[in-house]
Amino acid sequence: MDLIWEGLRKALELLLRLDPEVLRITWLSLKVSGIATLISVVLGLGLAMLMALNEFPGKRLVIALVNTGMGLPPVVVGLFVTVFLWRNGPLGFLGILYTPAAIILAQAVIATPIIAGLGLAALQHLPPGLRLQILSLGATRPQMVWLLLKEARLPLLAAVMAGFGGVISEVGASIMVGGNLKGSTRVLTTATVMETSRGNFDVAFALSFILLILAFGVNALLTHLQQRGRRS
Amino acid sequence: MSRETLLQVRGLALHRGGVPVLDVPELDLRAGEVLALMGPNGAGKSSLMLSLAGLLEPTRGELSFKGAPLRSRADREAFRRRTTMVFQDPLLFDATVAQNIESGLKLRGLSPAERAPQVQEWAQRLGLGALLQRPAHQLSGGEAQRTALARAFVLRPELLFLDEPFSSLDSQTREELIEDLGRLLAETGTSAVLATHDQSKAARLAHRLAVLKEGRILQIGGLREVMNHPEDPFVATFVGMETLLKGQVLSCQDGLLSLRLRKGPADRDLVAIGEALPGQTVLIGVRPEHVALSLQTDNTSSARNAFPGAVTKVIPRGPFSKIELDCGFFLAAYVTPQSLSELDLRPGRAIVAAFKATAVHVIRTEGLDTEL
Repeated sequence: MDLIWEGLRKALELLLRLDPEVLRITWLSLKVSGIATLISVVLGLGLAMLMALNEFPGKRLVIALVNTGMGLPPVVVGLFVTVFLWRNGPLGFLGILYTPAAIILAQAVIATPIIAGLGLAALQHLPPGLRLQILSLGATRPQMVWLLLKEARLPLLAAVMAGFGGVISEVGASIMVGGNLKGSTRVLTTATVMETSRGNFDVAFALSFILLILAFGVNALLTHLQQRGRRS
Repeated sequence: MSRETLLQVRGLALHRGGVPVLDVPELDLRAGEVLALMGPNGAGKSSLMLSLAGLLEPTRGELSFKGAPLRSRADREAFRRRTTMVFQDPLLFDATVAQNIESGLKLRGLSPAERAPQVQEWAQRLGLGALLQRPAHQLSGGEAQRTALARAFVLRPELLFLDEPFSSLDSQTREELIEDLGRLLAETGTSAVLATHDQSKAARLAHRLAVLKEGRILQIGGLREVMNHPEDPFVATFVGMETLLKGQVLSCQDGLLSLRLRKGPADRDLVAIGEALPGQTVLIGVRPEHVALSLQTDNTSSARNAFPGAVTKVIPRGPFSKIELDCGFFLAAYVTPQSLSELDLRPGRAIVAAFKATAVHVIRTEGLDTEL
């Protein structure tokens, strides 16, 4: 038990002291996972909308693939992204392996199918006639897409939360493509793994708490957005 | 009628998975008229309506609005801005009543200051004045459909499509809404196409009636014309002509037909208005509301046809009851609750059914010997 109390005390101290290293790690985590989630929102919701509005051969297969992708193991993603970004890999010319950009790429690969899959379910849950109703009210195609997204905003924000939650908490891909380099690619999860393996439980605790607070804060914000205007 | 043609359809066909679901070679909608599309479920009413509204691209065919053909997507988009549609489900947005009513105006880029008075006006006209700030998901079925109507009327559409807008409502709410809709259509002079499977309710709103079956228009014409002169047995039963009988023409003089029914144990003769050749077989229809029931033959009545018979079934139908009779042939009649108790109508009761010669509609005189 002492270990836990000591860890808590130390964590609080690090937080209150605004330790620059901890702040940097926290900020990088937020930035990397935030950007990755944003990219996934654009790609994932775009994909979900394409699947929801169009009929095409092989649609079921695509949906099945996307749904499978929702459970993609981060280490597998990490492996593939590493191979792609390797010096003589297909994307090696980018030279971004072991940089934050590589982590963003890997996390976007993880979050896109989550947001696409849940987003598609959200859009398919709308009344089937709604699309025609919107068009008959005189909407252009972009206006229709916007109104459909607005109508499905509650489950869509849930999809975004799931995507963000998935990447802020993953460690496998970040450590493989980022390398946990101090001052450059060290994020909260990779730092926690490292400190724990070194026996620095107090620091690991501190980082974990920050991670939890971060996840809570972002989700609280999204929940606020989601539930706004739902007074009933 | 020399009124302008609003919407013109030529050679419209729709295939789904290679199977034809619509085949409408020609259909014209005139300005200011309400056309009802009637038919059983699956007859193609909704598909036709969506095609007319530019929401479903037909396999073949061309639509013209006020003489201008709708060919490109831009044409159809522009057309959709001058028309609108109300569906069976209100399909309201997850927003307040006011936000719902103004949604179409917003899509057209009107400013809040331009929208507000129009929203006010139409909320009032549909009795939603007190509900403007209420979230749509808290509305009753009738209120929700009223909101959907306000959202449509506020756009002042040149043509309004109504796809069974009342069928999911309880009967009292439906009655009120049909009345209000009739009033609004008349006040605004809005042209409309109304799909329905219910001949009695919504047909009250229509000027013309088209009866659909299996994707084809069997008959189209003025409301009374189709109701009273169905050209086809299917149309006849569908517009409520419940008694259909086959008979042979005995004589025809000055438009007065004498017919012998070919059903039942004994020959029954009746008189009808119409033209046919002696010896011809004809199909005749009698609307149940034109059959009068009494306990004995009344010689003073102007009804030329009177048949003694017995009640076989009493079916309550809202404001009246439907009585099925066996007069040597099948006959259906509608009676009020008052008559029901005065005549003590119940199965087995002996009764005299009477109807005028003008109540007998000769439906078709060809091809009957091979069919039926």
